[in-house]
Amino acid sequence: MEITFRLNGEVVRVADQPPTRTLLDWLREVRGLTGTKEGCNEGDCGACTVMVTDGGGARTLNACILFLPQVDGCAVRTVEGIAGPDGSLHPVQQAMIDHHGSQCGFCTPGFVVSMACAHLNGETDHDDRLAGNLCRCTGYAPIVRAAEAAAAGPVPDWMRDAPVAAEDDAPAGGTGPDPVGAGVGADWGNRAPLAATGAGDAGGPGAGADGAWRPRDLDAFADWYAAHPDATLIAGATDVGLWVTKGLRDLGDVAFLNGIAALQGIEEREDGWRIGAGVTLSRLWPVMARQWPSFGEMIRRYGSVQVRNAATLGGNIANGSPIGDSPPPLIALGATLHLRRGAERREMPLEAFFLNYGKQDRRPGEFVEAVTVPKRPGIFRVYKLSKRFDQDISAVCGAVWMRLDGDRIAEARVAFGGMAGTPRRAAAVEAALTGAAWEQATVDRARAALAEDFTPLTDMRASAGYRLSAAGGMLQRFFDEKSGAPAGVLEVRP
Amino acid sequence: MSVAQPLPHDAARGHVTGAARYVDDIPVPRGCLHLAFGLSAEAHGAITALDLDAVRAAPGVVAVLTADDLPYANDVSPSAHDEPLLATGTVHYVGQPIFAVVADNHLAARRAARLGRIEIDPRPALLTLDDALAADARFEDGPRIYRKGDAAAAIAAAPRSLQGVIEIGGQEHFYLEGQAALAVPQDDGGMLVHASSQHPTEIQHKVAEALGLAMADVRVEVRRMGGGFGGKESQGNALACACAVAARLTGRAVKMRYDRDDDMVVTGKRHDFRIRYRVGFDEVGRIAGVEFVQYARCGWAQDLSLPVADRAMLHADNAYHLEHARIESHRLRTNTQSATAFRGFGGPQGMVGIERVLDHIAHDLGRDPLEVRRVNYYAAARDTNAGGGLSAPRSATPSPPEGISAKMNEADLASRGAMHEAVEPEGPVAEPPPEVQTTPYHMPVTDFILHEMTDRLAETADYPARRAAVRDWNADNATLKRGIALTPVKFGISFTLTHLNQAGALVHVYQDGSIHLNHGGTEMGQGLFQKVAQVAASRFGVGPERVKITATDTAKVPNTSATAASSGSDLNGMAAQAACDTIRDRIAGFLAELHQADPGSVRFDAGYVQVGGERYTFEEAVSLAYQNRISLSATGFYKTPGIEWDRIAGRGRPFFYFAYGAAVTEAVIDTRTGEYRLLRADILHDAGASLNPALDIGQVEGGYVQGAGWLTTEELVWDDRGRLTTHAPSTYKIPACADRPDVFNVALWDGANRAETVYRSKAVGEPPLMLGISALMALSDAVAACGPGYPALDAPATPERVLAAVAQVRA
Repeated sequence: MEITFRLNGEVVRVADQPPTRTLLDWLREVRGLTGTKEGCNEGDCGACTVMVTDGGGARTLNACILFLPQVDGCAVRTVEGIAGPDGSLHPVQQAMIDHHGSQCGFCTPGFVVSMACAHLNGETDHDDRLAGNLCRCTGYAPIVRAAEAAAAGPVPDWMRDAPVAAEDDAPAGGTGPDPVGAGVGADWGNRAPLAATGAGDAGGPGAGADGAWRPRDLDAFADWYAAHPDATLIAGATDVGLWVTKGLRDLGDVAFLNGIAALQGIEEREDGWRIGAGVTLSRLWPVMARQWPSFGEMIRRYGSVQVRNAATLGGNIANGSPIGDSPPPLIALGATLHLRRGAERREMPLEAFFLNYGKQDRRPGEFVEAVTVPKRPGIFRVYKLSKRFDQDISAVCGAVWMRLDGDRIAEARVAFGGMAGTPRRAAAVEAALTGAAWEQATVDRARAALAEDFTPLTDMRASAGYRLSAAGGMLQRFFDEKSGAPAGVLEVRP
Repeated sequence: MSVAQPLPHDAARGHVTGAARYVDDIPVPRGCLHLAFGLSAEAHGAITALDLDAVRAAPGVVAVLTADDLPYANDVSPSAHDEPLLATGTVHYVGQPIFAVVADNHLAARRAARLGRIEIDPRPALLTLDDALAADARFEDGPRIYRKGDAAAAIAAAPRSLQGVIEIGGQEHFYLEGQAALAVPQDDGGMLVHASSQHPTEIQHKVAEALGLAMADVRVEVRRMGGGFGGKESQGNALACACAVAARLTGRAVKMRYDRDDDMVVTGKRHDFRIRYRVGFDEVGRIAGVEFVQYARCGWAQDLSLPVADRAMLHADNAYHLEHARIESHRLRTNTQSATAFRGFGGPQGMVGIERVLDHIAHDLGRDPLEVRRVNYYAAARDTNAGGGLSAPRSATPSPPEGISAKMNEADLASRGAMHEAVEPEGPVAEPPPEVQTTPYHMPVTDFILHEMTDRLAETADYPARRAAVRDWNADNATLKRGIALTPVKFGISFTLTHLNQAGALVHVYQDGSIHLNHGGTEMGQGLFQKVAQVAASRFGVGPERVKITATDTAKVPNTSATAASSGSDLNGMAAQAACDTIRDRIAGFLAELHQADPGSVRFDAGYVQVGGERYTFEEAVSLAYQNRISLSATGFYKTPGIEWDRIAGRGRPFFYFAYGAAVTEAVIDTRTGEYRLLRADILHDAGASLNPALDIGQVEGGYVQGAGWLTTEELVWDDRGRLTTHAPSTYKIPACADRPDVFNVALWDGANRAETVYRSKAVGEPPLMLGISALMALSDAVAACGPGYPALDAPATPERVLAAVAQVRA
């Protein structure tokens, strides 16, 4: 398919590339822009960070798991475009030199792009902005000093990119502020990939000869997917990207969903929100954080900036991972999942979607359209446990919602990820809590009940025994937070 | 003077703009081909069938190579010739390269490499230390043992004793730039290799063997690496040799880079260790005698494991004077990646062992671990006037012979893995007089400065008050507990294979006064090039901008040692200094003659050359020298003086001097989940008279975080089939930005090196890594606050291990 975007200020048209060519490979191998590095090829190290601007503003993305069609209509800025056209350095570049922020220099282009993008957006939460950029040499301290020093510097003119779409052909609807990196959840069915791309007759309305399509209209897409249930849906590509870069799979027919504005909405109602499947975690973050700071704190630690800028809520649910971080809190809150096939829609409690490991209640041709999240008044906490705080996949993710009636627990909803083949409610724990006095003895009973609910696995992230005891520790922490003592180690200051 | 200025890294501008080129960024000749390996999926077994038809038929494939297709040596080992480039009949670990695909692009090669149909008849695999011990699978005949005094008798006679064991996990280097090499055939049958390597001479040597060429036919160039950390000392051999063979075969340039997962699965890592200890001590914690048994998991091939395990033994004392010590070392062979060099090279593991002992003693006595550490410190250097020359008594025994016996002809002499026996000193190593305090390997310790450094650090970090505050805080908090620890570092500087302690440099001064600098050291981010350039600029009395830094090139400086063992600036700085001085003295001699002055009176300073009453700009002086036919090019050579070492007996002076440091870390743990944070670290580190304090502080900060990562979140996990399950950053967790301590104070000690090093600086590459041990000990201290038991915290202290230790102390 032919795509158009702005690259370091210059409009480029690309027509000769396979739809699953990553932006990183194209930059390095076709354009010879070797400043952007491949460090891990899976979106974890940030050495390939680029800045992408669309109608929703500028954000950082990992180019190694970003397919070219995903930047159609956008403006892309690589490290080569961070310095001015005359070679004058950007304030973050100068600060990185002045503060000795580079040693081996291989991660540095990614850091510079992350820092320049944060600088452009006026963001000064440096640790979070840089959580997706790994450095093995410096210990990060000089990099953060550089970011702090550069914060006051003026934003150079050349950093203000305009997406091509604004002057060319805006996405249908035009209401979605976030076409890039958004889209419906990629389906995670265990389909055999098609033999090759380029199946022209498999294309839907607008599908090109290479079997790739970037629809704008939701209804048209729904009809097409119902008729082509074997196609691969690509939203943020933080998961599907690895099918290609690590699994070396041919994806067959693909649909890039980030042009569908109708999947981008966040609609607030009196009793909750309706969140389009294509809403990224970055956009979900402030909405949830306002209502439930603890949920917001979990999203702060979900992936990294680059991952949250790409990953969609729908994708995180639809891929069915037992360790996805959004299902446990949404299940505990009683969220409803909205599925659609063609014109046919159905809904279910989110927990009902996860049938078994790798198996969801999703029919061929059906996709996640939205999630409704109720504003369920009560006490709500989300706990994410991982070896490393930032940008790590959870060993256990626990979410506890509770409504008290005096000192009795009137109602409790508890869900965990990482404890079973699917994200699941903890029925025995809920039973132990519901109706009981809110006191230590009840916590002890609830902790004991965990073993009835779950028989977790041992893997490289954690042992079964640790998962069980740490999940119990989360219940304890939920209780302890009553007292107002520091809730966890992140709240302790030196 | 240029030296001692906090200049930025020489390539800082190239780093921040993306202009700095790494191997994969070098524009390649037309028709360049790309390589990928097909890997073993079994930990041990015989290859019974190898069907590569589908590989050959895959799109873009040009050729497929197996061991049978290699024209000359099939060996990438830096030591025992036990590491074939491509497997021959038997596979020894999951990830071992079996065949190589040559294709017209990187992706095509990777795709095709997965299409091999390899049948392997599995054999029992030794995966763990216990497996290897049970099978008595080891390198060298039996355990290596160093002895001083009578440890067993001293322990038996001591008022108190205890014993224990600590498991210490390995560590993945996670250099951000994966392994990479590019081979370009030359029109004369030679080969040019661009490699991401800490050891260009090793690459040159192995490539020459693989091609049946002389070393002179192979040229290796290394401009920079995107991180090395020891992981590019020997682990790049395979890529360079494979590229060279394929380039010879096809007549085209060939490039190879590992995808990250392949890199982690194929290459070696830091050795994991188990260390058992038994110690006798008195009521203040003074050690009477100590015994260590160190078990090192070396993996399937010898690589550099012998000197790594030696260095672990050599750091079993760390900063503590052990009158009676026995150190036993087992180098165990397993069917896993061949463990290799990693910053510290065994030293960190040995040091963790003794720090655990001190922590355990302090817990047993209920005393402040810092006090117990201090009563065991070596005595302070008597002469505190730094810069007083070599501090240790020098032996009258002549240096080891320069000549190498004939049987070494086949050996890889420039490797740390070289078979040492042939280059041992002739005759017994000289014994220090009995009144001199010595290490367990009988080397005098006469430059010990940790008393003063500890005093200074305890004061600036407010250690006593904070320790009390931690106790108070813990009394008030049931679920979160804090801990604090101060640990010292004493690290021996020199290659323990003595003959590697040499370096060369090549300096040209052009007629316009610009200076071309080349030496055998490689740049992996540590700032070596800038530091040596500062030395060169200082010798000529010019600004550093006049010195052109150039890529390491085996055609300019031959027979280099790896840039390793923290030796880069010590060795290459001295060699460059010698080369510069040769040219400078020629200019001075010429100008002195011209002006009827004493050559010693000629001054090179601030861009000028002063002779008699005359002042020339440096350019004028150089131009004049050129016109008067003065040679403006010189080599320089340096060899570290006064080191001699018998590694079999465990006696002698393996190190030129010691580098010191100390760190205080404060941590907080959550007793419900085992989660923790490093709240604050205060570091005082000894870089001697620093050549560049900014770059040295960078090494200290980065080393601490890397060391703390090793001991906390960086966990390598193999499954029961020997497959590494943590083979990507998604599962292997190096520290991220927010993992550095919230408060992070780093300072350099202000004393000069007593040894005669370049400008009295000290090596700074490896020692700071071991400052991270304070993080492990702070966590141990926090866990100890949870109950009466001793935490016995293993490493890496993941949240899971911390929670288990909390349960243990409460039991």
